[in-house]
Amino acid sequence: MTLVEFVDFSFKYLEADSLALKHINLKIDPGEYIVVTGPSGCGKTTLCRAINGLVPHFHRGYVGGHVYVDSKDTRNSEVAELATIAGLVFQDPSNQLVTLNVEKEIAFGPENLAVEPKEIRFRVEDLICRLKLEPLRDKHPHEMSGGEQQRVAMAATLALRPKILVADEPTSNLDPQSAQLILDLIADLNRQGMTVLLVEHRLDLVSNEASRLILMDKGSIVADGAPRDVLVQDLCQEIGVGIPKATQVYKQLKRRGVTLGRVPLTGKELAALVKEARQA
Amino acid sequence: MIQLDDVYYSYEGLYTALRGVSLEIEDGERVAIMGSNGAGKTTLIKHMNGLLRPQRGHVFLDGRDTRNLSVAEMARIVGLVFQSPDHQLFLDSVHKEVVFGLKNLGFTSEEIEDRCASTLEHLGLTGFAERSPFTLSGGERKRVALACVLATEPRVLALDEPTIGQDAQQKDRLAQLLLDLNQKERTVIVVTHDIEFVIEHFPRTVAMADGRIVADGSTSSVLSNDKVIELCSLAHPQVTLAAKALRQSFPEVPERITSMSQIEEVIMGLLEGGTYS
Ligand SMILES: Nc1ncnc2c1ncn2[C@@H]1O[C@H](COP(=O)(O)OP(=O)(O)OP(=O)(O)O)[C@@H](O)[C@H]1O
Ligand SMILES: Nc1ncnc2c1ncn2[C@@H]1O[C@H](COP(=O)(O)OP(=O)(O)OP(=O)(O)O)[C@@H](O)[C@H]1O
Ligand SMILES: [Mg+2]
Ligand SMILES: [Mg+2]
Repeated sequence: MTLVEFVDFSFKYLEADSLALKHINLKIDPGEYIVVTGPSGCGKTTLCRAINGLVPHFHRGYVGGHVYVDSKDTRNSEVAELATIAGLVFQDPSNQLVTLNVEKEIAFGPENLAVEPKEIRFRVEDLICRLKLEPLRDKHPHEMSGGEQQRVAMAATLALRPKILVADEPTSNLDPQSAQLILDLIADLNRQGMTVLLVEHRLDLVSNEASRLILMDKGSIVADGAPRDVLVQDLCQEIGVGIPKATQVYKQLKRRGVTLGRVPLTGKELAALVKEARQA
Repeated sequence: MIQLDDVYYSYEGLYTALRGVSLEIEDGERVAIMGSNGAGKTTLIKHMNGLLRPQRGHVFLDGRDTRNLSVAEMARIVGLVFQSPDHQLFLDSVHKEVVFGLKNLGFTSEEIEDRCASTLEHLGLTGFAERSPFTLSGGERKRVALACVLATEPRVLALDEPTIGQDAQQKDRLAQLLLDLNQKERTVIVVTHDIEFVIEHFPRTVAMADGRIVADGSTSSVLSNDKVIELCSLAHPQVTLAAKALRQSFPEVPERITSMSQIEEVIMGLLEGGTYS
């Protein structure tokens, strides 16, 4: 059964002159790992907000079409109800954090959903451990660095155990090793059944785990498919999207008459393909 | 010139964010500051324009101890862009934001409008002048915050995570603008996790961990040092990883490969060599 479905969905913010989303048709099945990318301003955050109901309930504007989340039409659902299904990690973490310390921040969501206290304790400790938040446990969210806030915001959303994690550039403030830690955890949770929709510009970090890559431009979906198939298209660079360096090298070699066995996404893959080609 | 001499800083006396940082940056340099989350990068860069004052040690601007300079004096020399644009933007239109920074610098109103328009254009914000910053996307808002400071062309640009939320094209435009300003003798200092942006545009890298500077030198030497990478939570760029993996089978592959054109030549060499040998 489809978990999220956009049916000819369009949206224009009250204060804007043009549509932020134009006739979006999109089905997300349980267990998928989808990466959404596209130029700044193309509508990625608006797409995320439409899944958890912030669009149109908090951000008001013109709405066309429908979004169904777990078969509920978001137009007729409360944001609080949708929050139990779709957990959103905000693009700017400082806008998401609301409580007095990290422990309380992680417990806040499940407490509001009336989860059993024992279960809440377990989730809090589990996430503090997995996201390496121990040294920050007692800190106030506004007394943390940007990257620390972003890790806490991720933990607070994962504590809700959402059916679908909607994460809007969740690694933008993270150092490369923390980014990898978070992405490994997300991939792990995805293998255990959590559906994932991730907005990212750093495609070399995520494309290998993703089952599907959606490319947006000017409010529309312009490509949707397996990451390698989408990234190798010239369209990406034409609209200003950066593709992984390994994929760029692949394309450049092809122009010079050398075609490797398949499209690489990482440096390691690129090296393996070159070794194969040498042996052939 | 900016000089930090053995600077210490603790928030509320509890969390020691800087533990003896010494650093010299000459006029006209392009320097990247990289390192782990919580390493103290934001705390460090805030010392450069007087937002934070050292609790021990000294910060000198052009040889003058910043203890004797007001925030206003320092702000004229060093323009700081915050990590989160929400901490910087407060007016109800993009135009007002950019003009605000230009107003007290002695420009004619014509110059102000020219600078505002050309900076917005360079940052892909044409058409946004009358919009409220709070109705913009994350990446757009960050570019407005950058525009406010870049339009004033301060002698020192101190930018905290300038590429956050930017696509490849916007990053290229930003880099071009920074290089143009650098050509005009402006010093450019960025704090960033974006390794490729640093490799392409910044000759010098300062790597931090745990409130200290762990390495300071040419970008290629700092970012090819495995110990520094580990200690400062960095990662090798993908092309370097490709080269490392290739070197295991083909020892002739050179060390310290950081650019795409280098790895391309290496691969062409390996494959053509393979066919002909
Ligand atoms: N206002 C504050 N109050 C208390 N501690 C703070 C405050 N701001 C930062 N810190 C702490 O000081 C240390 C350094 O923070 P800083 O913001 O300088 O790190 P950073 O290197 O910029 O990290 P990031 O890459 O995550 O932005 C961190 O441990 C952080 O938790
Ligand atoms: N609250 C708002 N009111 C009016 N217009 C808005 C609002 N939020 C976003 N927009 C506009 O809608 C369009 C899509 O914005 P959105 O935030 O979805 O883009 P995005 O793809 O997430 O961009 P970025 O990569 O910069 O975060 C942009 O043109 C933006 O200016
Ligand atoms: Mg966005
Ligand atoms: Mg910081």
